Amino acid sequence: MPTASHARLAGVIGALVVAALHAGGAQATTAAAPRKAPTDTTSPAPMRGGTSLPNADPFPSTYRPFASRPTLITNVTILTAAGPTIRNGSVLLSEGRIGAVGQNVPTPPDALVIDGTGKFVTPGIIDTHSHIGAGAAPGDEGTQTDDVNEATSPVTANVWVEHSVWPQDPHFPRTLAGGVTTIQVLPGSANLIGGRSVVLKVVPARTAQGMKFPGAKYGLKMACGENPKRVYATRGPSTRMGNVAGYRAAWIQAEAYRRKWDSWNAKHEGEAPSRDLGLETLAEVLRGNILVHNHCYRADEMAQMIDVAHEFGYSIRSFHHGVEAYKIADLLARDTISASVWADWGVFKLEAADAIRGNMALLSRAGVRTIMHSDDPSGEQRLNQEAAKAMAEGNRIGVPVSEDDAIKWMTINPAWALGLDDRIGSIQLGKSADVVLWSGNPFSVYSRAEKVWIDGAMLYDRLDPASQWRTDFELGFVPANRGGAR
Amino acid sequence: MMRHFFICAALASLGTAVASGQTIAITGGKVYPVSGPVIEGGTVLIRDGRIVAVGADVAIPAGAQRVDATGKVVTPGLVNGASQLGLMEIGAVGSTREMRARGKDGIAAAFMPWEGFNPSSVLLGPARDGGITSAVILPQGGLISGQAAVIHLVVGTATDMIMRAPVAMLASLGQVAGNRAETIMRLREVLFDARAFRTHRADYERSQTRTFSASRLDLEALAPVLDGKLPLLVAVDKASDIEAALRLSKEFGFRLIIAGGAEGWQVANALASAKVTVLTGAMNNVPDDFSSLGQRQENAGLLAKAGVPVVIIGNAGGGDEDVFNVRNVRFEAGNAVAYGMEWNAALRAITLTPAETFGVGDRVGSLQAGKLADVVIWSGDPFEFATQPERVYVGGVQISTPSRQDLLEQRYKTLPPEYRKPD
Repeated sequence: MPTASHARLAGVIGALVVAALHAGGAQATTAAAPRKAPTDTTSPAPMRGGTSLPNADPFPSTYRPFASRPTLITNVTILTAAGPTIRNGSVLLSEGRIGAVGQNVPTPPDALVIDGTGKFVTPGIIDTHSHIGAGAAPGDEGTQTDDVNEATSPVTANVWVEHSVWPQDPHFPRTLAGGVTTIQVLPGSANLIGGRSVVLKVVPARTAQGMKFPGAKYGLKMACGENPKRVYATRGPSTRMGNVAGYRAAWIQAEAYRRKWDSWNAKHEGEAPSRDLGLETLAEVLRGNILVHNHCYRADEMAQMIDVAHEFGYSIRSFHHGVEAYKIADLLARDTISASVWADWGVFKLEAADAIRGNMALLSRAGVRTIMHSDDPSGEQRLNQEAAKAMAEGNRIGVPVSEDDAIKWMTINPAWALGLDDRIGSIQLGKSADVVLWSGNPFSVYSRAEKVWIDGAMLYDRLDPASQWRTDFELGFVPANRGGAR
Repeated sequence: MMRHFFICAALASLGTAVASGQTIAITGGKVYPVSGPVIEGGTVLIRDGRIVAVGADVAIPAGAQRVDATGKVVTPGLVNGASQLGLMEIGAVGSTREMRARGKDGIAAAFMPWEGFNPSSVLLGPARDGGITSAVILPQGGLISGQAAVIHLVVGTATDMIMRAPVAMLASLGQVAGNRAETIMRLREVLFDARAFRTHRADYERSQTRTFSASRLDLEALAPVLDGKLPLLVAVDKASDIEAALRLSKEFGFRLIIAGGAEGWQVANALASAKVTVLTGAMNNVPDDFSSLGQRQENAGLLAKAGVPVVIIGNAGGGDEDVFNVRNVRFEAGNAVAYGMEWNAALRAITLTPAETFGVGDRVGSLQAGKLADVVIWSGDPFEFATQPERVYVGGVQISTPSRQDLLEQRYKTLPPEYRKPD
């Protein structure tokens, strides 16, 4: 029987944790005074998006691109996410990057040539809203594989979801087989402020660090509405006004913390202030180094969150779920806030009751960066199908969406939401060679990702089951004769 | 209880509202009757809410309303084989959830959820708009959850909509009542008692029997299962549990239907030779738990290939496939095709096979003379996302009521201005 997604799971979790009153949210520890205060500009290894205080990147990415060879895909239809569809074109993947794209690409002598006749090429799919790795399969009671919600305090800005990521989660290879190459794993929505996200490449690795997208900014998960108020009903916040008071209290603390550290960083005089993991993360949001991803369903609540952001001077990068985003498409466009939404989920709770399938088309038309997100390990494997449904609805209600628009919903737009649109998300010269070859039009129910490359390395080939990634967990537990059919 | 059963059956025969006095000819379409081969440029003739003729050369009576379906695809209305339509409105709101009985020790065999069916549910609209014209509604929870019904998605009262009830008894195997073997033991105990109750009814009434492990109503409700009249729909994923269900079915002589059946492909031949229908999906390949480690998207196709009657239901998880998105079952069928099922078999798996499995195959599920006029005209291949159901007829009546979602879409298609003080 179907599993519940995390969007609606918080109630269950809340029931389990109400008694588990831990000491509190942010844990203060005193750090040895750093010899030199790194900043965004002077840090010795200023990983883009690394934090500036006081230890910029304590869990550095160890990802290195897999071995690759120059590959030319020919006679193929290319949805570039950067311009009009190229028919009967070629894409060259070379040294991990898009080496050439167009109708006339010469074949390098050493290149593997793949005939793409009848097939489609798209950029690797990107999901802004995943929990896989942190919420792993199998999920039976006792497996202890649900590490998504640190539902012990309404503000847990101190947690980093990468510390929950299990690289052997069998969701990963299935997500890759869906053409998904980059995901943002988020903490859950039980808390007002749930902690740091992590951006992963969907690659086999022994460690979470081995999957981390080098240089990607962190995100901060925030949540509005029913989930926090239900989870904390007995200890507060128990109301929507309590939710908003909770965010504001956290930002007031964060602002003071940021000032204290910025001033110490400027002078390096006296003893360094104490570190506080939670406030450190929030201060980085205020400095613009961490991007806010805000779970929020209702239009009026999104408008409140926009005002909270204005009050404290941070930006919301993306509203997630936003089933009512269509009602305030103008506000989102005005503030350059992207909308990470579903094609057709809704009505599982009252704040989701006004879900319409035209949401994406209406947002797109209003100029909002519109993103097809999953929040679900099953949906994540078929973001192309979800986009196809939303595109069809736009066309039905007279808000036309072209394939060239719809491909952006799952490639360049999510890349922007993750601050990575200069590196991934489109088939353009010099960008990372994260590429999917589809057996047919990706908006058809019959098409499937046939080959998937990340940084130019072919990491998935549906036609070669023996080569397919199986996690350690799957060995022995999961029958091997999957995939590769037909 | 038995009396109740008959009242419902009577209700059911009343409960198929059809349009009267109207003749409609749907012409020129690519017609998939499901019960027979595809007809290019076929005609479906509807009169008084029923199909009167289907074919390439159907004489169209004068005065018939002609609907040109040239270039379109015409199919029977889709039958969703596993839903909670009308039993649940908003999942998180307890006052709108009607699918779960309290029962006694996990046994709620007497529970008839259709008694609480909500014919005004706002979720019926999106289902109809999506080409769903009838649906199985299921209870939920416990070892024996209760009884299922088939609803007809006419716009009307509960009486109009309940097409047949009951159509199955729902039970679950796995670690539902203790561990797996304990669960089987408990189910067997209840079935034993139901058998003893059935043969010692008079003694029971005089309090001359031992104590039974289930309530009188529940034991009584299980009688038609033991008589082979009401199938036992067993929700089960693990291959070994499916085999256990097959053994129980033999032991007690009940008609078995499997729901879920994630690992069904591993015991496909046994299911085929026992002629057991399986309700499964094609969009789940995740080893969600230790009971479904072998879950794969090829399941439906492999079962069908082995000769198992397959009903395709939503199984992706997370996507509201049992209420708001029951309409998406056609995409589940498309995915089944992508993972090895034959196209015609997939169409049958969301039309005639569920209708036959749940005892309404004489009324819906195919385009045949005499059946209710549940017909969908599609803009193209019904499994494709780009395809729209352009006209949906339920009992010969075209669905035209906008759904709540349509109303919202209309209201916000152009954003309303901020409120201003009147001048």
